[in-house]
Amino acid sequence: MKFERTDLLGLEDLTPEEINFILETSESFVEISERPIKKVPVLRGLTVVNLFFEPSTRTRTSFELAEKRLSADTVNISASTSSAVKGETLKDTARNIEAMSIDMLVVRHSAPGAARFLADVLSCPVINAGDGSHEHPTQALLDLFTVKKKRGSIEGLKVAIVGDILHSRVARSNIWGFTKLGARVIVCGPPTLIPPEAESLGVEISYDLVRTIRDVDIIMMLRIQTERLKECFFPSIREYAELYGLDSEKLKSAKSNVIIMHPGPLNRGVEITPDVADGPYSVILEQVKYGLAVRMAVLYLLSGGEFKGENSDQKWSDS
Amino acid sequence: MKILIKNGRIVDPSQNLDSHGDVLIEDERIARIGSIDDREATLVDAKGLVVCPGLIDMHTHLREPGREDEETIATGARAAIAGGFTSIACMANTEPPIEGEGGTRFVLTKARQARAAKVYPVAAVTKGLKGEALAEIGSAIKAGAVAISDDGLPIRNSSLMRRALEYVSIFGKPVLAHCEDLALSGNGVMHEGEVSTVLGMRGIPAEAEAIAIARDIMLAVLTRSRLHVCHLSTSQGVELLHEAKRKGAAVTCEVTPHHLVLTDESVRTFDTAMKVNPPLRSQTHVAALRRALKQGIIDAIASDHAPHALEEKDQEFALAPFGMIGLETTLGVVCTHIYHEGIISLRSMVELLSTNPARILGLNTGTLKEGSPADVTIFDPRLEWVVEPSQFQSRSRNCPFSGWKLKGKVVTVIVDGRIVFREGEIIGGS
Repeated sequence: MKFERTDLLGLEDLTPEEINFILETSESFVEISERPIKKVPVLRGLTVVNLFFEPSTRTRTSFELAEKRLSADTVNISASTSSAVKGETLKDTARNIEAMSIDMLVVRHSAPGAARFLADVLSCPVINAGDGSHEHPTQALLDLFTVKKKRGSIEGLKVAIVGDILHSRVARSNIWGFTKLGARVIVCGPPTLIPPEAESLGVEISYDLVRTIRDVDIIMMLRIQTERLKECFFPSIREYAELYGLDSEKLKSAKSNVIIMHPGPLNRGVEITPDVADGPYSVILEQVKYGLAVRMAVLYLLSGGEFKGENSDQKWSDS
Repeated sequence: MKILIKNGRIVDPSQNLDSHGDVLIEDERIARIGSIDDREATLVDAKGLVVCPGLIDMHTHLREPGREDEETIATGARAAIAGGFTSIACMANTEPPIEGEGGTRFVLTKARQARAAKVYPVAAVTKGLKGEALAEIGSAIKAGAVAISDDGLPIRNSSLMRRALEYVSIFGKPVLAHCEDLALSGNGVMHEGEVSTVLGMRGIPAEAEAIAIARDIMLAVLTRSRLHVCHLSTSQGVELLHEAKRKGAAVTCEVTPHHLVLTDESVRTFDTAMKVNPPLRSQTHVAALRRALKQGIIDAIASDHAPHALEEKDQEFALAPFGMIGLETTLGVVCTHIYHEGIISLRSMVELLSTNPARILGLNTGTLKEGSPADVTIFDPRLEWVVEPSQFQSRSRNCPFSGWKLKGKVVTVIVDGRIVFREGEIIGGS
């Protein structure tokens, strides 16, 4: 089977089958990172550019490692070193990069729709690594993958996404992903950080964290950015932590097999206390680990690769 | 020189007229309406066409001085006649702004040289459009400004808005108000609602407009002055204006074609042609505006023609400027999606696009009464055409209706007794 799309811009318009196909393909890539020589030749000879207009350590490193382990040639461009500071438009930057015959572009940008904008301009596949508050599809895919590894299936689970939903691309992509695969999603946070008409996304809304975590299977904590304080979304970090920070006290009411997730980077002591982040329910580092496999799968599928099933002699076709 | 328009359907709400007949123009004025034969006159056959007072677009942005690459007074005036307008009013937010006597005279001089549509300047309310102190409103009006407005930059200071309303009443002119609570709209780039939530874009709530409309209505009542609300876009705004009018306040309002036919769903593809302020609203608001039009709560339809350079629109949605052009599509869009859909009659359409704008701005046009200036628009309400922005007279191309099939198009335009547009061609001008 092949992935029929040319870009990965978001999860909103993917079908459940397409999401499951990416997750199945991801499974086959997990073991590569467990080998002594962590490299396969499936993207050999292809050039992938990681174009990052926003600072990122985790996502960029994860993509870069995924590309390298698939034997692609990679170039990282960050906003500080690009022409953006010289006033070049996004379109020109992208076309110039493409003129150097690249095979795939991974882009992170602060403007919603930026990845789609580039996908419309460029002929090579574009992977959205986060566009403003819009989508961050590979993050949601790795979250789904992690939950699937832990629970076997997404269907019927109840997921709480907690924190700054308004500004979160991770929340949006996860809402699409989890609901498409049959989970129930509750978004929880102060009303100031819940987007207007959020119900239209197919989620429930809660302002009460303690009550929300009582019967959920997954608690996904989002990073709270301190800049939000300046815009008066909440009165103080202290009060935010008290109401919406996850600590061991609040966690007492949770299910005994609850899974705690966080897309990182953590604000220890703000949205999550260190003992919870490092505690037995936390899968935060597994998310990072599986992120690699998921990104390998996405890169592979968008390069036109076929996935022939886990039991096939040759799982992946060479590029 | 004489022109005889034969066999048209003459629609002139100013004299309660809707009948078939002829219009004779003599010496730049309307000479007579009736069944007329005149061998000396140039004949204009209007069989099957509507003959009405020249259409007036009371809200446009021409970018001269400052951004002549986007539009000049001349190209704007030519775009106007290509769209069926004999007169347009242009807003003050140029660089520098149209302010006082000098700015006003500049526009009038350029417009005269263009020899296309008439261009009426709207002068700045506040110095430099900064919202801090009153501009020389009296000098501007004496020089020919038809109204005052800081359109694009709403006046935050309620006391200053009050003074502006009070002061302009000396001259009997309205303040054209861009009603927006800037603190509430914040960094919003589109209508706040379901679509903005899905796209992760900052929203501009409907209340940002409604709160400002409520304030300005109260100030208009307090000062017994004339307020005209620009580009109404919300159901709450409609309710406030309906209520104010019911109580007899001297308030009028306009709506744009795009707010009557497009919703925020158009933004789903991040198409910057759909970025405009006020933003394209949800279906509920569009329905309320169409209802208000039907009920006669809305006085005028205006394009809010806002030209922008291609390269400025061709970037990320959040960075692209607000605004869309409309001079050359307004008649077609209104005809197709308002008149033909049965929302308003032909008579109402002419009222909204000519009679009322003339009344609000105090112009001597917008009528075919004997002796009035011979500004006449002749259009075919059944003529089908496809919107092709590359063919526009306007210097800009930021049109949200590109590729739309419309029904209704201008055929002939006469300004001061001179045929300036005929069979798709502009005649004369510079």
